[in-house]
Amino acid sequence: MATEIINNNKRKSTGFDVNKIRADFPILKEIIHGKPLCYLDNAATTQKPQAVIDTIVKYYTSQNANIHRGVHYLSELATKEFEDARTKVKDFINASSEKEIIFTRGTTESINLVANVFNKAILKDGDEIIISAMEHHSNIVPWQLIQDQKKIKLRIIPIDDNGEIIFDEFIKLINEKTKLISIVYVSNSLGTINPVERIIEEAHRHNIPVLLDAAQAIQHIKIDVQILDCDFLAFSGHKIYGPTGIGVLYGKEKLLESLPPFLGGGDMISKVTFEKTTYNELPYKFEAGTSNIADTIGLGTAIDYVSQIGLEQISVHENEILDYATESLLQIPELKIIGQAKHKSSVISFIFDNIHPHDAGTFLDFEGIAIRTGHHCTQPVMDRFNIPATSRASFAMYNTKEEVDVLVKGIKKLIEVFN
Amino acid sequence: MDAELKELYQQVILDHNKNPRNFKKIENANHFAEGYNPLCGDRLNIYVELEGGRIKDISFQGSGCAISKASASLMSSIVKGLPVEEAERLFEKFQAVITGKITDEENIEELGKLAVFAGVKEFPSRVKCASLAWHTMIAAFKQEEKSVSTE
Repeated sequence: MATEIINNNKRKSTGFDVNKIRADFPILKEIIHGKPLCYLDNAATTQKPQAVIDTIVKYYTSQNANIHRGVHYLSELATKEFEDARTKVKDFINASSEKEIIFTRGTTESINLVANVFNKAILKDGDEIIISAMEHHSNIVPWQLIQDQKKIKLRIIPIDDNGEIIFDEFIKLINEKTKLISIVYVSNSLGTINPVERIIEEAHRHNIPVLLDAAQAIQHIKIDVQILDCDFLAFSGHKIYGPTGIGVLYGKEKLLESLPPFLGGGDMISKVTFEKTTYNELPYKFEAGTSNIADTIGLGTAIDYVSQIGLEQISVHENEILDYATESLLQIPELKIIGQAKHKSSVISFIFDNIHPHDAGTFLDFEGIAIRTGHHCTQPVMDRFNIPATSRASFAMYNTKEEVDVLVKGIKKLIEVFN
Repeated sequence: MDAELKELYQQVILDHNKNPRNFKKIENANHFAEGYNPLCGDRLNIYVELEGGRIKDISFQGSGCAISKASASLMSSIVKGLPVEEAERLFEKFQAVITGKITDEENIEELGKLAVFAGVKEFPSRVKCASLAWHTMIAAFKQEEKSVSTE
């Protein structure tokens, strides 16, 4: 069986050179506890290619200045680099204008931004927001914070034993009080790829806007916001080989125009007097204060890097690794995979009968293997499956079948010691 | 196994993990507390029967990693029969050893069987696993109603 898979993969993989890609990521050469690093914690954060690291070094070495309004050379240069990054993001997700690309600190801040301005401008007592049972805490808590002020209701789309949302139940939740559907594109703890096209279509039939949490999708799936027709899309730079501390909120221009600012301060204004302030145009209306300039430019480089390789190629490779890993892990009788959706991204959560995820995590660390253990900021998912935690291996473009073998070997050793 | 890892997962710990002692609910318990480690979502119930300032009986239930389960198991075996103050003193010493505040052999040896947890100090993220049972027991002595957290 395994040989068959390998042969198939060889045929499919033409043109995608994983070794060449690995060479671009300096950290992958690290030795951990005497073993070569086997980094399988990509859903938490991805590693950075040399090009991204170089961009940040170059910015602070020879380009650093504050952006916008500066008339000197460096300020103009930094502004251009910064705004170029915005254009790169716009092109990457095929937004119709740079006005629709707002830079934030990450997915969490992007969702909080929407929650905050929806609270200010739209939500009233009795209104409802629909989320799913597989949301990351960052798409639960911002809505609960509103509940401290207003009587809004969170309606939860249930999930089945495979970790897929129950679509019929979703339809039943929609009513005239529904003001927003905020849902995760790809689950960080189950790997499920949600049928977001159908969700958006259904929502729009009722004129309800949809926010997609694309934190785990942006690095795996080609996203075209105009084809998807989502109203908001949130993602983080560090999950797509870019720096931490930089994220994106995409919003449809008309919708963003109609919403009030999130934070107040410099850059987001056009005129300030003590009597009245007029706000700046999009996207600056939502970007108060000095931006995270270096990391924004770094994100631009990360997007260039991903685009050069091609997301289609990347996802073919990642799916091969996912299939191979799923197949290999299923051979281990003591192991159970949590999350067996038909459409999955390269995330595998697993548990053992008698071995706690934290013991697995510590043990595998000494084999050089970095996996994540715990509730993955999705405690409701853990409750749904009646488990305290899982171990999670998540794969990126630079992972190999050999690394899957290292993981499987490590797990077999673990079982030997603990059972 | 790597030496450092072996130090963490000593045979005694693995054994107590597989066959935890006092892993049940005692019917005559007059003190109870629930411990919670938000890092891993583990919950641990500690049941204590106190009589005249002594721990007449103690037991635990719950799920957890090898370190937390073995810690609860060994703790319950060792403190059974001890006066409450003695158990509290033992906890202070135990805490100092697993956080690396006490490192001299003589002091560690005083912990007796509990000395097997000394290796935990090399794993800062696992210190809470080792101390959860103890925190929960101390809370049970005080008969604290609400759930105890390691945070």
